[in-house]
Amino acid sequence: MARYEGLDFYAIDKQLTDEERMVRDLVRNWVEDRVIPIIEQHCREGRFPMHLVPEIGEMGLLGMNLEGYGCAGMSNVAYGLACQELERGDSGIRSFVSVQGSLCMHPIHAFGSEEQRRRYLPEMATGKLIGCFGLTEPDYGSNPGGMVTKAVDDGDSYVLNGAKMWITNGSIADLAIVWAKLIPPGGTLADGRIHGFIVEKGDPGFSAPEMHGKHSLKASVTSELVFEDCRIPKDRILPGVSGLKGPFSCLNNARYGIAWGALGAAQACYWSAREYALSRTQFGKPIASFQLVQNKLAWMLREITKGQLLALQLGRMKDAGTMFPEQISLAKMNNVDIALQIARIARDIHGANGILDEYPVMRHMANLESVYTYEGTHDIHNLILGRWITGIPAFE
Amino acid sequence: MKIGVLLKQVPASDARIKIADPSTGIDTADIKWEINPYDEYALEAALQLKDAKQASSVVVLTVGGADADQRIRDALARGADAAVRLDDPAFEGSDCLGIARILAAAAKAEGVELLLAGKQAIDGDNAQVPGMVAELLGWGNISVVDKLEFADGTVKAWRASGGGARDVVEASLPLVITCDKGLNEPRYASLKGIMMAKRKKIAVKGAADLGLDPSTVGAAAALVVEDNWSLPPERPAGRILEGDDATRVKELVRLLRDEAKVI
Repeated sequence: MARYEGLDFYAIDKQLTDEERMVRDLVRNWVEDRVIPIIEQHCREGRFPMHLVPEIGEMGLLGMNLEGYGCAGMSNVAYGLACQELERGDSGIRSFVSVQGSLCMHPIHAFGSEEQRRRYLPEMATGKLIGCFGLTEPDYGSNPGGMVTKAVDDGDSYVLNGAKMWITNGSIADLAIVWAKLIPPGGTLADGRIHGFIVEKGDPGFSAPEMHGKHSLKASVTSELVFEDCRIPKDRILPGVSGLKGPFSCLNNARYGIAWGALGAAQACYWSAREYALSRTQFGKPIASFQLVQNKLAWMLREITKGQLLALQLGRMKDAGTMFPEQISLAKMNNVDIALQIARIARDIHGANGILDEYPVMRHMANLESVYTYEGTHDIHNLILGRWITGIPAFE
Repeated sequence: MKIGVLLKQVPASDARIKIADPSTGIDTADIKWEINPYDEYALEAALQLKDAKQASSVVVLTVGGADADQRIRDALARGADAAVRLDDPAFEGSDCLGIARILAAAAKAEGVELLLAGKQAIDGDNAQVPGMVAELLGWGNISVVDKLEFADGTVKAWRASGGGARDVVEASLPLVITCDKGLNEPRYASLKGIMMAKRKKIAVKGAADLGLDPSTVGAAAALVVEDNWSLPPERPAGRILEGDDATRVKELVRLLRDEAKVI
C-alpha cells in the first residue's frame, strides 16, 4: 500500500503556517512509523501501547497548546492537527493525549495554584506523570451537575466519597482531576458546590479498577475511580474555579481536539476504502469503476472537506479568542458523525475484508461509536445548539 | 569543532516519477519532497556528536532554491544550529563537480572541520559529491560508514567492505564522512525544536559571497550533460509455478539456469 497521505481537496494546506505544517508532518510520520505497525495487535489484546508515552512526551505533544511549565506553547490549530494525525492512528492514542493535555494539564494550568503547576505540569508534559479526569458518574453522564461524589472539609484534609466511571487512563494514572461537590459544614449534597481536586495514586481510600469487555477503544485504558473515605491534603483543591464551568472549560478544550481527531479517523477510512476499491476486481474491473462505489467515495470526500473547513475556522477562532462553546458543539458533533458514517461506508466498500484487522476500518468504526457519545453525546450537542437558537434549554 | 552536514532534498521515495520533457528531466509539479534519507543519518550523527559535547555547532549546507527551505527547517527543528542555502542563478545546471565546488567553498567559508553527508542521494544515486568535496578541500574521505567513534580529534569508522568483511578506518580531521543506514536511528523533531527553528535564520549565499568564480559552476562548466530522459522499461509480470514443491523447485532451478542464466 502506498504511504498514507491526508486528503487536501480544498488546498487547506496552504492556509496553515509552516510551523503548523511541520507539526502535522511530524506527528503523521511518527504515527506511520510507530503506531500503525503495532496498533492492531494492541487492539486485539486490549492493551494500551504504554511504550509510546515517553515518545509522545519527548515530541512535546502533551499540553502542547499551553504556555510555560515545559509545554510547547503551540497554536490551537497545531494542536488540532496533532489530534487529527494521532486519531488517524487510533482514537485511543488521541484520547490519551486529549485527556492528558486538555482534561488534566489544562485545569491545573488554568485553575491550579502556582505550586500545583510547578509540581505537576513539567512532568506531565514529558509523560512521566499520567493524568485522568473524573467527572462522569454511573448515574450522571449528560447531567454532570447532578453528581453525588462529595468532598467534606475535615480540618487539615478533604475526605472524598463517591465513584466515577468511563475514565480514560484511570488505572495507569498517577493523578486524577476529580470533580466533587464540596459540602459546607453541616450542609447536605444539595448545598454542595462543584470543585476540582487532585487525587494521587496511592492516596488512602482511592482505587481505579479497569473496566473490561469493551468492543471499542480497545487500545485505551478505561476505568472506574472509587473514593471510600479518600483523604487528601488541603493543598490539592484547585483554587481557581468552582461550579460546572471548571469541568466545562476542560471539556471545551478536549471537544475542540476531537473535532479535528475525528477527521483523522475519517481520512484513514477514506484512504483505505479508496485503495481497496482501486485494487479489488469484480466483474472483470476494479470496484472503483462502479458508480455506486464512486458515489460513496465522493460523499466521503465531500464530508471530510467540509469537516476540515469547520475545524480550521474553529481553530482560528480559538486562537483569536473569539470561539464560543456552541461552535465547538457543532464541529464536534458534525465531524464525529460524518467520521462514523464514513467508517461504516468504508467497511461496506471493503466487503467481508472490512471486518478483518488487516484493514483499519472496523477498528475506527468501533472506536468512533464511543467518540460519538463521549465528551457530550451527539444528541446533547444538538440540544446545546437548540438552546442557542431558541434560547430555551431542553435538557434542564 | 563545527560540523557541516550536506543536505539535499529529493523526491519522496514513493513518489510517482513522470518525465516532463526528455531533454530537461522529471516533472516536479506534483512531487512531494523529503530530506534524502541517507542525509538524515548524517544529520543525526552530527547531532549526537553535539549532544555528547564533541561538537560545538552543526550547520546545514544545501544547494537549492527556496523550495528546499522546508527540509532545512526540519533539520533545524531536529537541532541543527544554523543553515546556509546556496542559491545563485550561476549555479543552475551544475553537475556533480559544480555542486561539489559550491559546497567546498561553503564549507571553507563556514569554517567547519568535519563534513557529514549521506552515502548517496536517492534521486540521482551518483554518490559523487562528498568525495569530490573532500578532494577539492584536500581533506580525507571515509565513505559508506555505519559505525562511528570520535575521540580527541580522531575518528574511527566502520564500513562494510564486501563479502561480510568490515573495514575499520582511523583518520584525523579535517574529514568528509558519508553515512549509511545502520549508523543511527534519526530522531523526530520536537515541538520545542519546531518553535526554536522559527527563530533560526537560513542564510542564502551566492557565488560572490563564497568568492567562487561563476564560470567554474553551472551549466556552462558542467562536464556531464544529462539528456534523453526516459523511464526504465516496465517490469514484466511475475510467473507463479504450479505443482507440488518438488516439481516447482525443480522448475525454478531450471528457469534460473536456462532462462535467467543466473546460476
